[in-house]
Amino acid sequence: MIVFILRRLTQSAVVIAAMAVLVFTGIFAIGNPIDVLISPEADEVERAAAIARLGLDQPMHVQFARFVESAVGGDLGTSFVHGVPALGLVLQRFPATLELALAAMLLAVLLGIPLGLWAGLKPDSVAGRVIMTGSILGFSLPTFWVGMMLIMAFAVQLGWLPAGGRGQTASLFGVQWSFLTRDGLAHLILPAINLATFKLSLVIRLARAGTREVALQDYVKFARAKGLSPARVVGVHILKNIMIPVVTVLGLELGSVIAFSVVTESVFAWPGMGKLLIESILQLDRPVVVAYLLLTVLLFVVINLVVDLIYSMLDPRIRLGGGRA
Amino acid sequence: MTQPLLRVENLQTHFATRAGTVKAVDGVSFDLRRGEILGLVGESGSGKSVTGQSILGLVDPPGRIAGGRVLFDGEDLVTAGEKRLRAIRGRRIAMIFQDPMMTLNPVLSVETQMVEAVLAHDKVGRAEARRRSRDALGRVGIASPEERLAAYPHQFSGGMRQRVAIAIALLHSPDLILADEPTTALDVTIQAQILFEVQTLCRDTGTALLWVTHDLAVVSALADRVAVMYAGRIVETGPIADVIQAPRHPYTRGLLDSVPSRNRRGVPLRSIPGMTPSVLDLPKGCAFQPRCGRADAACAVMPELPENGHAWRCWHPHDADARGAAA
Repeated sequence: MIVFILRRLTQSAVVIAAMAVLVFTGIFAIGNPIDVLISPEADEVERAAAIARLGLDQPMHVQFARFVESAVGGDLGTSFVHGVPALGLVLQRFPATLELALAAMLLAVLLGIPLGLWAGLKPDSVAGRVIMTGSILGFSLPTFWVGMMLIMAFAVQLGWLPAGGRGQTASLFGVQWSFLTRDGLAHLILPAINLATFKLSLVIRLARAGTREVALQDYVKFARAKGLSPARVVGVHILKNIMIPVVTVLGLELGSVIAFSVVTESVFAWPGMGKLLIESILQLDRPVVVAYLLLTVLLFVVINLVVDLIYSMLDPRIRLGGGRA
Repeated sequence: MTQPLLRVENLQTHFATRAGTVKAVDGVSFDLRRGEILGLVGESGSGKSVTGQSILGLVDPPGRIAGGRVLFDGEDLVTAGEKRLRAIRGRRIAMIFQDPMMTLNPVLSVETQMVEAVLAHDKVGRAEARRRSRDALGRVGIASPEERLAAYPHQFSGGMRQRVAIAIALLHSPDLILADEPTTALDVTIQAQILFEVQTLCRDTGTALLWVTHDLAVVSALADRVAVMYAGRIVETGPIADVIQAPRHPYTRGLLDSVPSRNRRGVPLRSIPGMTPSVLDLPKGCAFQPRCGRADAACAVMPELPENGHAWRCWHPHDADARGAAA
């Protein structure tokens, strides 16, 4: 098991290094931040001074070497716009995004797996058909539109829930969280539903497909032939088997929800990383974009590692394969 | 005459498909006494497996039991509720399936799968359930059962998995075991071992056995009586020795002739001409007539199967002593 983890960590390091090169090259290509940063009235001397101060007069490989050198020390540069360390800026926004993403995933799993199971066990029932039709809607309606409709219905017309912002927050482990206060929780509901819609449809479809396949297996019939209750057959024999693909996809999706909740955050004015990213790209705030992207890569790598570990808990065949290697 | 343990009367199991109703089991009747071994023989698609699953109400939709009765110890299982069936499944009637690679859940340990089977019917502690599971593994010839309990199915060979399945079936010392081709997927040597062990275990515990198979050789070594199925019906039934030595139905004879044998070395193996008919489009009357050399106009009407002893559904049966001589 330790060997397995070590090997995965090495792979992850390579991925992060490769990503650093890609991100840096990419960001280099998208434009010169000087044009945005310095006022048009500045003269050539001021301009040259600013370029030198930011290190933008150096050739690309030198800039990259400097970037790597400070990155290893945990310094991803200083935001051109805000004048504070970029990494700190991104991390400061991270809890808001994490909270939103986890709330969305929780919704997707807690609703999606039972609904998918039901639709898979009774594919021809009315409920099963309704669930599947609903999941098609969840897939195809654009997130921003659903978000605006939610605001329209629940915030504007009914006035039940607030339309934007994080609301009141409370501190836990030195970080501000919305879900700890009543007001914050109310603010969290709509964006979480909005972000969960697509994932929910995905989980329903995965769970249903898995259930339909597993339910026909001999071992399910054998379990019934042992005289087990339907709850045990479905809740243990079927559920544990369908969880394998669901966990794999959910792991990947969790990463993407955290990294790309941009649309939902924009619609609901949720002060998370996604909103910061959009602003930074518009202002060509290079260090922030780089810090954001590297943090995202790191996140994906960690999540994938965790998924692999959960996966091996679910499937004994993988566990032993990994242990021997 | 004492009541049989299991009496299947005119059982009909139909599958509603887009192309029409498939009568997978079409009026099957047989009796099984306590401790008796009955071989149910037929080709793929003859309805023998569905017959076994129908007894315990385990046919998956779109299949359903359309008629008939399954009297187990006098109680009709066709009309029994799901709850009543669940109390019987695994406790009084156990089942073993064809493919041991598929009958154990790959993600649950053997211990989990055995203990849950014990707890499904007996209110005992986990430790007691575990002890019983271990003993059951030992009984079917699995070495060091204590350690093997913690293992997962993929750590066992096919033969060992089938032993585990048999151990699960024996956990509650059932009155009847429905075995659906349990040795088909195994090596011949393992097959012989398992046959012998199942036979011994059933004799010791007085368990009756319905052995579903396509392999007449297996049945002849194991069963007391045999019923041969073709296209959802029993075409010939009787004590094993009578049927093997003097098959009367042309289909049974065809099956026996197509078994390779040492005594007929160098002679081309005989096969039954034609193919199993589509169950959607069965000929009127005897379903075997398109493949039968003896068929004539009389075969348009299905002959009845007489009640007792060695019986056959055929207007033109072979002579009792003619096997191997002619035809």
